[in-house]
Amino acid sequence: MNFLARHRIVLPIVSLAVLLAATFWMQPRAMSYFGVNLLFNLAVPIALATIAQMLIIMVNDIDLSTGAFVSLAACVTATLLNDAPLFGALVLAGLVLAYAVLGAVIHALALPAIVVTLGMSFVWGGLALVLLPSPGGASPGWIRTLMTVKPPLVPMAVVAAILIAAVTHLLVIRSGIGTMLRGVGGNARAVARSGGSVMRLKALAYGLAGLFNVLAGMALVGLTTSADANIALRYTLLSIAGVILGGGEFTGGKVSPTGAVIGALTLTLAASFLSFLRLSPDWQIGAQGAILILVLTARLLFTRRSGPA
Amino acid sequence: MTTSAADKAAPLVALTDARMQFGAVRALDGVSLEIRAGECLGLVGHNGAGKSTLVNVVNAGLTPTGGSVSFPASGAPSARGAGVRSVFQELSLCPNLTVAENLKIAHEGLKGLRWRGAARAEIRESLDRVFPGHGIDADAEVDTLSIAQRQMVEIAIGFAPRGQAAQLVILDEPTSSLDGGIAQQLLTHVRRFCEAGGAVIFISHMLGEIFEVASRVIVMKDGKVVADRPAGEFTRKGLVDAMGHVAPEGTGAAAAERRIGVEVVRTPEGLTAREGEIVGLSGLAGHGQAEALARLYLDTASAWRRPGAARMVFVAGDRGRDGVLPLWSILRNVSVSILPEIARRGLLDRTREAAVAKDWKRRIGIRTDDVANPILSLSGGNQQKVLFARALASAAPVVVMDDPMRGVDVGTKQDVYAMIRAEAAKGRTFLWYSTETEEVRQCDRVFVFRDGAISAELTGADITEERILEASFEMQDAG
Amino acid sequence: MSALIARPWIWSWLAAALAFALTVSLTGGRGAGELAYAALSFGAFAAIVGMGQMLVITLGPGNVDLSIPATMTLAGTLALKAMGSDPGTAAMGLAIALAVGLGVGLANFALIYLLRLPPIIATLAASLIYQSLAIWSNRGLRIKPPEGLADFSTGRTLAVPNVAWVGLAIAVVVWVVLERSTWGRWLMATGQNMRAARLAGVPVQRVRFATYLAVAVLAGLTGYLLASFSGGAALNMGQEYLLMSIAVVVIGGSSIAGGYSNVPGVWGAALFMFLVVSMLNSYGAPAGLRLVLTGTIIIGIVIAASTRRVRT
Repeated sequence: MNFLARHRIVLPIVSLAVLLAATFWMQPRAMSYFGVNLLFNLAVPIALATIAQMLIIMVNDIDLSTGAFVSLAACVTATLLNDAPLFGALVLAGLVLAYAVLGAVIHALALPAIVVTLGMSFVWGGLALVLLPSPGGASPGWIRTLMTVKPPLVPMAVVAAILIAAVTHLLVIRSGIGTMLRGVGGNARAVARSGGSVMRLKALAYGLAGLFNVLAGMALVGLTTSADANIALRYTLLSIAGVILGGGEFTGGKVSPTGAVIGALTLTLAASFLSFLRLSPDWQIGAQGAILILVLTARLLFTRRSGPA
Repeated sequence: MTTSAADKAAPLVALTDARMQFGAVRALDGVSLEIRAGECLGLVGHNGAGKSTLVNVVNAGLTPTGGSVSFPASGAPSARGAGVRSVFQELSLCPNLTVAENLKIAHEGLKGLRWRGAARAEIRESLDRVFPGHGIDADAEVDTLSIAQRQMVEIAIGFAPRGQAAQLVILDEPTSSLDGGIAQQLLTHVRRFCEAGGAVIFISHMLGEIFEVASRVIVMKDGKVVADRPAGEFTRKGLVDAMGHVAPEGTGAAAAERRIGVEVVRTPEGLTAREGEIVGLSGLAGHGQAEALARLYLDTASAWRRPGAARMVFVAGDRGRDGVLPLWSILRNVSVSILPEIARRGLLDRTREAAVAKDWKRRIGIRTDDVANPILSLSGGNQQKVLFARALASAAPVVVMDDPMRGVDVGTKQDVYAMIRAEAAKGRTFLWYSTETEEVRQCDRVFVFRDGAISAELTGADITEERILEASFEMQDAG
Repeated sequence: MSALIARPWIWSWLAAALAFALTVSLTGGRGAGELAYAALSFGAFAAIVGMGQMLVITLGPGNVDLSIPATMTLAGTLALKAMGSDPGTAAMGLAIALAVGLGVGLANFALIYLLRLPPIIATLAASLIYQSLAIWSNRGLRIKPPEGLADFSTGRTLAVPNVAWVGLAIAVVVWVVLERSTWGRWLMATGQNMRAARLAGVPVQRVRFATYLAVAVLAGLTGYLLASFSGGAALNMGQEYLLMSIAVVVIGGSSIAGGYSNVPGVWGAALFMFLVVSMLNSYGAPAGLRLVLTGTIIIGIVIAASTRRVRT
């Protein structure tokens, strides 16, 4: 166990710092309040979705419906919540509840989460399409205001990221219930044996994930001011990549909320960085892949010495 | 010998004609049993005798299909309410959590903002009480601990108050991963705990331990209790006879009549073995023996090259982690090591495969009516036999065994010893890591490990418990 | 009969038959032949990539190939570009598509093995690069396949589409490899417990390597066939096969946790996935509802299959 293996948070921070330094070096003008705000503008919804994905990965599952679900939440926000706030809020609460039920069902019937969420991604996507067949809707004013507020010294996106990291750290790492949830990921049988209801805990983990996904959808609409049924489809992959970049592992309940937020920031920054590079549009996507591989390679090189995985 | 005071008190647990049926198998066949405060109940019996089922019925992990379980002393409706705790053979900690967080998992009542401090204090106190000088950090993540340390944590959690003092603690092979000194600490604690009015069910295949701690011993066989007497009325031989097996005869049979050939194994740390030799690895648990064997095997058998004819085979001791392929039948679990040998142009000769598996079922006595049954239908000891069969079925000249007798009953052990000697006589080489002196005595030569290095090499008459202990411990006390 | 019911693959076939019957009953039996033909054609593509995905998933938890769509697109694009609609180049195009598959498989496994990346992340990140390569090489042009190849891929032999014959042949080969060969046993052992398999003498890395090569080659082949079938490669031609390839594996009764796979089930599931969409189409369901129902049906089948598994 070397230092980096024990403090798995160090590497995500270093990755982010290096990428940030490179961005500032390429584009010194980004080194300002507005520059930073622009760079991390879209980070808030991605960070929220990444936290949601992390909560699912924490209980040894994986959510392939993140993108479709966040899109649906965005569509609900831009239509129902905007037009009839109370009803809209009820629908969003219903979506969170649906996630919790999903978690309970997945556990009770021992279903493979990867497949159930895959199937659910069709359902969420279909509902979004029913709700908003063509792009449109509008952001409720208060969300718009919240997402574009300009706090002194530090831009909104950064404040929000810190807030999300702090809240989820308290929830997942420090609190008793968070410990139980991580216990489910580490050894569900041990939790069950000492009288905890794994089903209830899994429902809780999924419910929380649903909540953060809904928040992600709302934040996204606040930034884009309108929605469409495919608005967040890439969030599935982004959120998984964010969790892993943040030092999380796919199994065993080893996750880090702070790391996940940093992972999300890194991914957002990578996109901005590439546009600064003036890369041919053909290679934009490919370069994102390359950055992902690069960061993970760095992580490997630095933590490998602790012995075989 | 129970005290008269304890006799008068209501039993902590009372089983009345408890029965447990799994399909056609009667795992528990009408067991009546009372356990009182102050008792340490030694529970012995060979694999499949029903020990685990009995324990699971007591701790309410299983609901008996017939008869009843009650907790008269506390009047509590459930095992949890009655203060029944279990420490299981397979580790049941969450490896991603810290030691203190694991206590929280087991202790639901721990709530509020300051739960972490309370959990830390409680587990520290319990560890200090059971294993003085343990050196385990309450904030260490469990997966950074050694197996022995994990087992210690698990035992400490079992004895920790957790809001309500433990009344009955069930220890299922608690010393299997602990070395002698630590195991002794545990035995001392068990005695102290029972003197203070607690009760313990102590399951162990190490009869010495049973005699050391148990006030009463029950022997199980085929789902029934066949003997239930104060420990003083048993002799070691009597106990083994009651289990239905011949007592393990004295010391290891020497390799007198075997011909030992040229050296076939040599590792960087100095481990050597010659053709036809049975080489033991000994010393305190967790001093690098298992790692040395795994390294030796993994370096020899490539993860890339097709093993034309395997040079080495491995018998796992940690069945779940290293051995059993759980979705498969017994047949496929046996044949996996010999696939290239029974294939023609990559396609398997299934008749030959079945013949090999059948042959080994008979030779090693795997208790099943059909080798097509799933491997998980077998008891732990029989699964272990399958792993032996897997290794011995291959023609590999070197057999590496990583503490392969965990959970294997006395009778089977004798059979396996004989089989190993016979195979060695045919020129096979065995490298055998064991935590038990009786097994180490089967060897021709023994390497004792200490702190990951070889501290002594013993041969023939020098292989004694005394010499091994000498080499296992640092002998430089002050003064 | 009960032995038949116990087969995990029977469910996907029953579901496919039901969807078929429901669709055909709407038209009173007219168009049954056409529907079956279309299902076999489109199902073949899903079945071929599905079998590749199945092999990877059998490798055990965490193993999955998310680069299948990008590989299909890249293989289809490069093959069609090289053939340039010239007659007699079909074999060369096939070779290019398979070579693309080999290259992708090599690259994927290099990332997984050398960099120790989780396969999900490795194939995901790499697929972005393959996608970029395809965009760069294609530049939005749509090149038609050579005429002979187009005829083959849309044609039929003995009333069965040629692509379905290809899919069937691959299914037979995969089945024999899995059920009767050393390699298949090694694959399934690796999937159940990689460490135990390694200690039992299975060359696990070699098995994984071959598996990741196989899935990529099958994806390359599918890209080639699909591009020829649909008259040219499109940049989004692989898109729907990401979810599809995983869905057919699971609906087909293979274990998502690895170690157990099921070839006939994949074919049944592939047919079902096509038939259920055409069923919903013919009942006039709008796009959104169609998606909702498709998802619900997938989950329903997974639940049905799992409750059976729990009981037995």
